[in-house]
Amino acid sequence: MGSNSSRRHDAIIVGAGHNGLVAACYLARAGLDVLVLERNTYVGGAAVSRQLYENFTYSNCSYVCSLLRTEIIRGLELPRFGLQIIPYEGGCTMMRNGDHLALYDNHDALRREIARHSKRDAEAYERYLRDMLRQCRFIKPLLLREPPDPTSFKPRDIMELLHLGKHFHGLGEERMYDTLRFWTMSCADFLDEYFESEIVKAHLAGSSIIGTALGPRSPGTAYVLLHHYMGSIDGTVGAWGFARGGMGAVTKALAASFEASGGTIRSGAPVNQVLVHNGRAIGVVLDGGEEIHAPVVVSNLDVRRTFLETMDTKDLPPDFVEQVRNFKIRGSSGKLNIALDGLPRFPAIPQGSPSTRGDMHVTDTMEMLERAYDDWKEGRWSRAPYIDMLIPSQIDPTMAPDGKHYMSVFVQYCPYRLAAGEWNAERRQAFGKTVIDTIAAHSPNFKDLILHAEIRTPWDIENEVGLTEGNIFQGELTFDQLLFNRPIPGYAQYRAPVRGMYLCGSSTHPGGGVMGAPGANAASAILRDLRKTQ
Amino acid sequence: MLSESEPHFRQPLLKTPFHERARAVSQVDSFIPWAGYTTVDVFTTVEQEYFAIRNATTLYDLTPMVKYRIAGPGAMRYLNRLMTRDIAKLKPGRVAYGVWCNDGGHLIDDGTVFRLGETEYRLCTGERQLDWLLDSAVGFEVEISEVTQEIAALAVQGPTSCALLKTFGLAGVERLKPFELAHFLPPPSLGVAAIMVSRTGFTGDLGYELWMRPADAEAIWDGLMEAGHTRGIRPIGSRALNIARIEAGFLLPNFDFVSSERTLRLGTERSPLELGLGWLVDFQKGHFTGRRALLEEERRGPRRRLVGLDIEGTKPAHNALLYSDNSGKRQVGSVASATWSPTCKRNIALAMMDAPHIEPGLTVWAEIYLNRELVWERRMAQAKLVPRPFFTPERRRLTPPADC
Repeated sequence: MGSNSSRRHDAIIVGAGHNGLVAACYLARAGLDVLVLERNTYVGGAAVSRQLYENFTYSNCSYVCSLLRTEIIRGLELPRFGLQIIPYEGGCTMMRNGDHLALYDNHDALRREIARHSKRDAEAYERYLRDMLRQCRFIKPLLLREPPDPTSFKPRDIMELLHLGKHFHGLGEERMYDTLRFWTMSCADFLDEYFESEIVKAHLAGSSIIGTALGPRSPGTAYVLLHHYMGSIDGTVGAWGFARGGMGAVTKALAASFEASGGTIRSGAPVNQVLVHNGRAIGVVLDGGEEIHAPVVVSNLDVRRTFLETMDTKDLPPDFVEQVRNFKIRGSSGKLNIALDGLPRFPAIPQGSPSTRGDMHVTDTMEMLERAYDDWKEGRWSRAPYIDMLIPSQIDPTMAPDGKHYMSVFVQYCPYRLAAGEWNAERRQAFGKTVIDTIAAHSPNFKDLILHAEIRTPWDIENEVGLTEGNIFQGELTFDQLLFNRPIPGYAQYRAPVRGMYLCGSSTHPGGGVMGAPGANAASAILRDLRKTQ
Repeated sequence: MLSESEPHFRQPLLKTPFHERARAVSQVDSFIPWAGYTTVDVFTTVEQEYFAIRNATTLYDLTPMVKYRIAGPGAMRYLNRLMTRDIAKLKPGRVAYGVWCNDGGHLIDDGTVFRLGETEYRLCTGERQLDWLLDSAVGFEVEISEVTQEIAALAVQGPTSCALLKTFGLAGVERLKPFELAHFLPPPSLGVAAIMVSRTGFTGDLGYELWMRPADAEAIWDGLMEAGHTRGIRPIGSRALNIARIEAGFLLPNFDFVSSERTLRLGTERSPLELGLGWLVDFQKGHFTGRRALLEEERRGPRRRLVGLDIEGTKPAHNALLYSDNSGKRQVGSVASATWSPTCKRNIALAMMDAPHIEPGLTVWAEIYLNRELVWERRMAQAKLVPRPFFTPERRRLTPPADC
């Protein structure tokens, strides 16, 4: 206790989430002596696999993978360190009338399936995909770049702005209009431009509100839809998959890659405060009082937690602190991890359909989705929640014992603050019951199969993972908080107002979703600064 | 009519009403997906099937062609706004090839329009586009529905096709002129309804297309095979047809152009002017979708052009890049479709060239890769710009055909 500074490092990363580890890997590979400090006794942040019930592995927080940049997977040799990503095979929304909409990988099966609901929508879906792909082609090259500051006259910013402008102009006039609309319009308005069938819209709209404290009719949600579409697996844009062994496999591989480059990880080492001397970050002090010094401190925590809880706000400009306080990072999601004694039956889905081997939903109209949001606004969890439900053990045999299954249920909407009062064990159970009843309405044997359930409210996620309010993206993905405005206007380039202090979490450009890009971009910014000072 | 016993996730591709017959005579079990159906790529050998097109009579199942019924008092005005060609001139009982564009003058698709009556048309296309057709219908008194599954279609093509259809029992079929359609009652013994026959096709040869109820498909197939067994009739797959269509200079979507409804990259769309289909664009007929952009393009000249190439050597120039000289430094275009033409005995290709480089008789160089027992060699082959079509026999237009 209180023992003063141990060894000095070149850089300290606060938080062993995926972005912290990505940044750590790149810095270590550049030859820096890097120390990663993790509060929990295990690494991974929100990309973890944990065993909470005998022989079952849960992807406790994030549960599927698509956005993790291929450049990072390759560059950090993650496959060599055990990462395998397996695409899943379909998806579906079960309807209250007993019918369903399935999404199949096979183009022709999918067309015929959508045509069951609307012949026109089956063909409009092609136009929808085309427009999504066009926008993805625009946005993808921007993900692994530092967003330029449009108010700066630094040569680098001007060059980057020119690059952005040229890139934007390369879209062509019509698509430039589309891009601006995309970033600002609501998902409901956007989908109305393509589809007539309620079920098709309801199914697609899910991706626009996941993790977001907005409803499908709120402006800005069209972008969230795109955000979930810009990943890919092996060249298939928009495809999602499972990390074999759960999402912890991502951070496990990153940690192994980092250690192979000579980096050190200390878990169970909560950082109490970032040390600042003469306007410069000089290291951190742990909860126990131990000081560790480094000229570079990189926070994987969200912007609110970084500046309001691990830094002395007196070290920061007051207007900056005010903007950090106003940063939108609202809790809106919960999660259930369920161990099942067997595969639940879903009578709406035809026997043998691959659509259960992917994301399953039960919200069948846009109205229902918007109403689910209304509950959130009123400070209660949705009585009829949107769920993103997967049974990874159907594809990944490592998640559950043979014949048994692990089910991951992401739940939208669930508030961080309840109108009825604080979260407690009883309210957590009631939230869990709402979700389980929602699923049971579509699966008669579901309840009988439950062996164990981990129920996580936004409050739990904040307390276990450290994400403020349990916001999965470390801050809303709305246009006012994207690109050069993420997280704070003027501070979008991973650098804090204190020299030597950096951010590398999803609070920074290009945002969350287990993309790894913030970590990689932060590392580039740090290395560039170090080269300058040398 | 159609086999729907299996759910679509287990069997995504539909079977055409001719499927059982085709499967029975398919020797090499070579099927490919086409517009949502499983269809034959090769029955026996591509070569034998190809020569049947140019020498005898062939059957080709074109049921997967996407078919739309367009009907109503505004149907003609609708089609005239949709398509670049003057559809008002198309009389009942006639068929026209045409294209349609988006507002930017970029090609969405090509296809054939059948005028079935005063106010009823059928549009046959390669790709589904109900969405576009309905978007374009706002303000017109017209009903549009996809009828692909309701109509079975069989192409009967080749120099002896007319004689064969006569033998089959379609009296008077020889009087059908190119791009004309008529209804015929097949022999009563077959127990089928009247069929529609159009003198159209994708081979550039004498040939007809038969349109029928799916329930009658097998009987008609059997009747034709029976009537033609002494005339060398044979069913053909898509591979053989592809050779014939390149010889005829016909375009294939996704090979010679990509629909502007599908393109992701700027500059990959194509205009009818670039594809050498300017003759299908009628600026005099009044407004149509894409008119302004096409007028502007005509004024400044297209940026690139589809051309015919005659290439030295015998190795088809698949996907070859084209250069202005044999140093291979300056690229001037690329090959879209290529084949050795067994009838012309020429190595031919359809290629997209940057416009500034085009002048008749010009020679460019095609970069071709040759497989010498897995030892790959690169060859720069001289390619001459030549007129299309490469093969256009007189029998294609002759009415009645010579042997009828």
